[in-house]
Amino acid sequence: MITASANPPRAAFLNYPLGHTAGRPNDVDEQTDIVRSALDLLHASPAPGHIKPLGHEWPTPWRSKARELSDKRSKRYDTPQYQLEADATAVV
Amino acid sequence: MPLAPPDGIDVVDHIQQTRDSYAQLGYDSYRWAEEPEPSAFVRPTKPLAESKVALIGSGGVYQVGQVAFHHKDDTSYRRIPVDAPRNDLRTSHFAYDMTAARQDPNVVFPLDALRRLDDEGVIGSRTSHALAFMGGIYSQRRLREELLPAITAEIEAMEPDVILLVPV
Repeated sequence: MITASANPPRAAFLNYPLGHTAGRPNDVDEQTDIVRSALDLLHASPAPGHIKPLGHEWPTPWRSKARELSDKRSKRYDTPQYQLEADATAVV
Repeated sequence: MPLAPPDGIDVVDHIQQTRDSYAQLGYDSYRWAEEPEPSAFVRPTKPLAESKVALIGSGGVYQVGQVAFHHKDDTSYRRIPVDAPRNDLRTSHFAYDMTAARQDPNVVFPLDALRRLDDEGVIGSRTSHALAFMGGIYSQRRLREELLPAITAEIEAMEPDVILLVPV
């Protein structure tokens, strides 16, 4: 489990699909709640290495798909990979 | 002692998944970094409401006008103004599904949440910039020798009381 292997001084763990570390899109209330829960650990964590699981549950089943073993590799390019083509010309 | 995952939580073990997927493809296992000791645990000396908070995220966020990340051990980072318009933020990464982050970068780089906590007085203040990098770096040596000193220098210059790390 990634958080455990990094051994941070304190951590809040959100059991959501990868790519949603701070919550669901366009839900600033949830994101704020998550960030606040993490920051509260500064004073609340009892000892180094404390991982506090947060109670949020993703609304639809996702784990079995996430656990499928498949070739999820994508090509890794050594040139800048812009989200939008226009970003490349926008570089200052 | 390395940490164990929290008890009783139905965790998807991405590290084991990756090991198993690559083994199935016929590759040797990547040697993941192991941190047997917890990193420095410092007790805060002031309340959160008086603390300046810095955000560091590894989801590959950049701002329009900046060069995007490449995906072969890019050890660079970006300084993102903490009040950058959401529509100016982009993501560039290869190791996670960016669909949600491209709808709303806050899911991997929670600037809006931090701003709200600042406005509400839950935190004392924010640093002027947040730091973003692309966490898909296979060379642990380059991470330690290139990215870490650079990020450390930025943090030392900004002098936050608290650092929030948001991985993906």
